Amino acid sequence: MKKIFKYVTADILRNKIVLAYTLLLMVISFSLFMLQDDASKGMLSLLNITLLIVPLTSIIFSAIYVYNSAEFIELLVSQPLKRKSIWLSLFYGLAAALSIAFFVGAGIPIIIYQPTSTGIIMIITGIVLSVIFVAIALLAAVLTRDKAKGIGITIMIWLFFALIFDGLILFILFQFEDYPLDKFMIFTSAFNPVDLCRILILLQMDVSALMGYTGAIFKDFFGSHVGSVVAGFVLLLWVIIPLWLSTRKFQKKDL
Amino acid sequence: MKSMITILFLFSCCFFYHPTLNAATYFVGKNKPFSSIKQALQHCKNGDTIIVETGLYKEGEIIIDKAVILKGNGQPVLDGNHQYQIITVKADYVSIDGFKLQHSGKSDVNDIAAIKVFNANYVTISNNIIDDAFWGILLQKSNHCTVINNRLKAYSNESNSGNGIHCWKGDSLIIANNTITGHRDGIYFEFVTNSIIQNNISEKNLRYGLHFMFSHNDTYISNRFQQNGSGVAVMYSHGVKMENNSFIENWGDGAYGLLLKEITDSYIYHNRFLRNTIGIHAEGTTRIKVEKNIFSNNGWAMRVQASCSDNNILYNNFQGNTFDIATNGSLMLNKFDHNYWDKYEGYDLNKDNIGDVPYRPVSLFSMIVERNPSAMMLFRSFMVTLFDKTEKVLPGIIPENLKDNFPLMKPLAL
Repeated sequence: MKKIFKYVTADILRNKIVLAYTLLLMVISFSLFMLQDDASKGMLSLLNITLLIVPLTSIIFSAIYVYNSAEFIELLVSQPLKRKSIWLSLFYGLAAALSIAFFVGAGIPIIIYQPTSTGIIMIITGIVLSVIFVAIALLAAVLTRDKAKGIGITIMIWLFFALIFDGLILFILFQFEDYPLDKFMIFTSAFNPVDLCRILILLQMDVSALMGYTGAIFKDFFGSHVGSVVAGFVLLLWVIIPLWLSTRKFQKKDL
Repeated sequence: MKSMITILFLFSCCFFYHPTLNAATYFVGKNKPFSSIKQALQHCKNGDTIIVETGLYKEGEIIIDKAVILKGNGQPVLDGNHQYQIITVKADYVSIDGFKLQHSGKSDVNDIAAIKVFNANYVTISNNIIDDAFWGILLQKSNHCTVINNRLKAYSNESNSGNGIHCWKGDSLIIANNTITGHRDGIYFEFVTNSIIQNNISEKNLRYGLHFMFSHNDTYISNRFQQNGSGVAVMYSHGVKMENNSFIENWGDGAYGLLLKEITDSYIYHNRFLRNTIGIHAEGTTRIKVEKNIFSNNGWAMRVQASCSDNNILYNNFQGNTFDIATNGSLMLNKFDHNYWDKYEGYDLNKDNIGDVPYRPVSLFSMIVERNPSAMMLFRSFMVTLFDKTEKVLPGIIPENLKDNFPLMKPLAL
């Protein structure tokens, strides 16, 4: 298992697209920090990158990688290896490679220009999002044999989490305006890892505004120890559940 | 016989001191002529001085009804035993200086204070430490009084605590260099005119740092209001000048750096609003000039309700605020010009440091949050950013007239 993991990681890190992704992140982050005279404004722009580009790249790249290494996987399966360990090492390899790419591309500039709690939360959420979307991509890839369909599904998933979900929430908020929805909002945020990560960053960035209104409810919940443990646990579930489902599916799959 | 001695004593005092002072000085303390302040007060007359030496004095309520100077030497402690009002001033020209007053009584019926001045003018209260009092310094129907260099600290919760420096009906007061912590309202003004509040620090009070009602033509300068339960409220007054104050970290639901309600013809100049939930909340204000202030890292820099009119918001710096301006209607009769907005994305082709396209400081999302506060959860989400961008280009919901026609490209040096 270790060997496959090593092989996969090395293979991905050598991959030109991952290199380009790292470089892109790095160029964007450095230029954002250097163009703005105020580092916290750079963080704002970087927030959008973390919440949009990182999930998109992670999910599409992972899906394509799994499809492209179909033959390699078949070869491995013919060896006396457990299917579970093949699949998991594939996941570990992808997750590690993309996390490293994010850390090098965006994490290092953040550490240089904004070594605050906001910056650290941003790095952590970026890495967590990379891992979560790798897990989701693996699930999507194992569900369909057809490459085009698989990639289509991953794009839809990304679109759902990045855009449609928030639109639905806003719709619900205005349809049920007259009801107290604060607790419900905390609850729904658990269903979108992107939202959850965004709220965790907001708690650092816009704490003054969040203290007002019912915003204080978010602060009270996510700002407390229990809340941050719950948030961390939910994010962990977002890795474990898709991974567990995809492993189970892969074990029984007729290749 | 006793009165004879007193007269003799007074006479001798006069005799000795007459060349230098037209008044006597009495000493209170251990091994001094008087062991209690009350005794000394009985003996003195208008214009006399009482010097109280270090020590603990538990004398119940001390009533001053003569124009005397009461001076502490080495911060003597006057203790109210959790029962009494400590000093009551009923005469003009009284001065109280250099005491520590502690443990005043508490009551739901009476306003028990550490020092109460009632119907007296030209009273000076200076250099005192007031610790654990119900109300700190209470001025009622008093004019030309000075409260300077006092430190007030209280420890209770809102339901059973009084205000720090409370002025009710008065004119030409000076409240300066005081520090007030833990009271209900730090400084409270009601029906007080032509007065100055300067260089005070009012922090961690339970309700307002400064509470201001029906008080016209007052000025407050260089004060710091920090971490108060609800910030500062200025209401139902005209001709108020606020200069060089700092409003810092007033956080919470319904906490404002500065709450303006029904204020007219006032001037807000060169203040700093830092890290408040709401920097300025204006409701029903007219003809106010907000000039050269710094709004930085607030949740909402300003909330200007549609009931405000003819206000000018000019030459301010808005930096790092979550929302710059919020409002609750589509009508906007105020002017926002020549400000620096860090969220401005326009250009400046002729390089005159004024942006060529107007800036709209109200974002669509702030209007959404105004209507539906729970939507705050979606803030900075990609979809919301998209909405905001489209709205900025084609305003439909945000007030058409709320815009800065001359946004500055660079922050003002303030």
